[in-house]
Amino acid sequence: MSFVYSIFVDPFVQMIGAPDLLVQTLWEGLVGGVLYALIALGFVLIFKASGVFNFAQGIMMVFAALTLVGLHEKGVPAFLALALTILVMFALALAVERVILRPLVNQPDIILFMATFGLTYVLIGLGELVFGGNPKNMITSELLLPSGSLDFKTLGGLVSLQKIDIAAAIIASLMVAVLALFFQKTRIGRALRAVADDHQAALSVGISLDQIWVIVWFTAGLVALATGIMWGARSNVSFALEIIALKALPVLILGGLTSVPGAIVGGLIIGIGEKLGEFYWGPLVGGGIESWLAYFIALAVLLFRPQGLFGEKIIERI
Amino acid sequence: MFYREAGQYKTTYQADMSVFPILQDRIGLALIIVAALVLPLVAGEFMIASVMVPFLILALAAIGLNILTGYTGLVSLGTGAFMGVGAYACYKLSTTFPAINILVWIVASGFVSCAVGVLFGLPSLRIKGFYLAVATLAAQFFLQWCFVRVPWLYNYNPSGAIEVPSRTLFGIHVTGASATPTTRYYVALAIVIAVTWIVSNLVHGRVGRSFMAVRDMDIAAQLIGIRLLRTKLLAFAVSSFITGVAGAMMVFLWLGAAEPDAFNINQSFILLFMVIIGGLGSLIGSFFGAALIYVLPIIVRATPETFGLTIGAATVEHLTYLITGALIIFFLIVEPLGLARLWQIGKQKLRVWPFPY
Repeated sequence: MSFVYSIFVDPFVQMIGAPDLLVQTLWEGLVGGVLYALIALGFVLIFKASGVFNFAQGIMMVFAALTLVGLHEKGVPAFLALALTILVMFALALAVERVILRPLVNQPDIILFMATFGLTYVLIGLGELVFGGNPKNMITSELLLPSGSLDFKTLGGLVSLQKIDIAAAIIASLMVAVLALFFQKTRIGRALRAVADDHQAALSVGISLDQIWVIVWFTAGLVALATGIMWGARSNVSFALEIIALKALPVLILGGLTSVPGAIVGGLIIGIGEKLGEFYWGPLVGGGIESWLAYFIALAVLLFRPQGLFGEKIIERI
Repeated sequence: MFYREAGQYKTTYQADMSVFPILQDRIGLALIIVAALVLPLVAGEFMIASVMVPFLILALAAIGLNILTGYTGLVSLGTGAFMGVGAYACYKLSTTFPAINILVWIVASGFVSCAVGVLFGLPSLRIKGFYLAVATLAAQFFLQWCFVRVPWLYNYNPSGAIEVPSRTLFGIHVTGASATPTTRYYVALAIVIAVTWIVSNLVHGRVGRSFMAVRDMDIAAQLIGIRLLRTKLLAFAVSSFITGVAGAMMVFLWLGAAEPDAFNINQSFILLFMVIIGGLGSLIGSFFGAALIYVLPIIVRATPETFGLTIGAATVEHLTYLITGALIIFFLIVEPLGLARLWQIGKQKLRVWPFPY
């Protein structure tokens, strides 16, 4: 009886008892969720345009951050390093299209999926080979990102917001807005949506698939770079961040593989859900449940909506 | 020249439907088994302990995953964790009941893994494709968390690792520190041959065909009267049974001790590589894949030394990643259907040699 009580009553009593802690936890979850959403956004962009489930998105994020920091370590000024990193991401997009996508076009999904696994290994090897394997610190102050925290004395306690987190939330929402505008209003954006809808129809009205793929992978690379900077500022930059990138997978399936709003809502649900779960229910089973809670939340949603919250309805024909 | 089937007439349906209809294939298989049996007499200790035993065990795990992913079309990213279930189950069982034969516990741990697999296979009835792949990650991370956080599983050992107790079979040490690599090799070989033989019969029979029907299109399979619930769960059960046995063997016959990290997500990915590079839906492909993916890094590490170059250990590690990744992409581009397909093409060429077709 007391066990049931400690699951269903105690956590809520705690929440009401200490609203400042609740707000703090919610905020942490929110920021985590925004960053998950950004990684998932990169996945969705590529999945929609080329039908590739890009497992390497998480590694692209680390690779971009590592390139930025690594270049800066070698004496390149911060903003020049940023520009160079963007160039590197463009080169990566070109290389991926030329070397992986073009020869493997029209292969089954799982083969393309495995090819992105190969890409993951290549990027890990390349990144560590060039910039070394030890963790690095993100160059936040050189990029004019704020540090320190804002403290609010409210709700009978102290709520402390890291400035970098606020910046992350703002940059993330800006980026989503810009991407949405880009997709809706520009010529390339329309072409991207056309390709996402139907590859062959898009080809027949004169849209170059090769070009679109490069653009999409480059966009995903830029998203990866922004995400990498934010995550790098929160922890440090190393390939251990990969495990965070895996968290984007439940976000992705929760929201639906093809939906941009789904990626964002999914990110927020997972981010907030796992922080609340870890903080209020985690101690019951010994803690550390953050590592799998996200997957179970996603699994629970999938059992009721197999295509995710915002995914296109799956219609099966014989 | 030697690989020709002219003159081999089949007089019964049974002979016509056999798994190896060509005489040369049967001879070849017999030769491979004989070679595997005499290998410890000629090969060094390193070859047996660090190449052959891991190869056999990984090939077995790859066969397990192949049943699920290659034959039934259900992508799983949780294979490493199911191997872990087998390993921990075998550890618990053999330390709780030390008197009973260790082989019994290796097989029994397969059944434990099987039960866990069926439990995590339940969502597959509603979730498909990549969605299911991500759902299996739930199994991976949850089980790995259990290996760390449930001290009962590792007998409250302060190091958090499981260590293999010494066990004998017919008076010979089979597991533990005093078992020789040769003994462990023979035990592993026996289990792998037995399981491969059973699985080969399974996939060539009615059950295997129902798996493949579900893979090709599950709704159509349902329409011709295949019960999806039973078939998918059976695939999960068989698959996790085999991976569980492989996991138990990995700790008991190969590593000797294991931490939860041995069953992490990378292990799952590596097994998936083996299955895909080897060939989806092919038993021999599982062996090819295991050989390539496991042996490749060993060769990459050994190559600089043979040429007299000295490269730092870290650099070699990074190069291994780089080269493995590049080779995976290369193999996928050259032959997306895997090494098993290359093998088939090669056999076909031999059959018609010296004519092109």
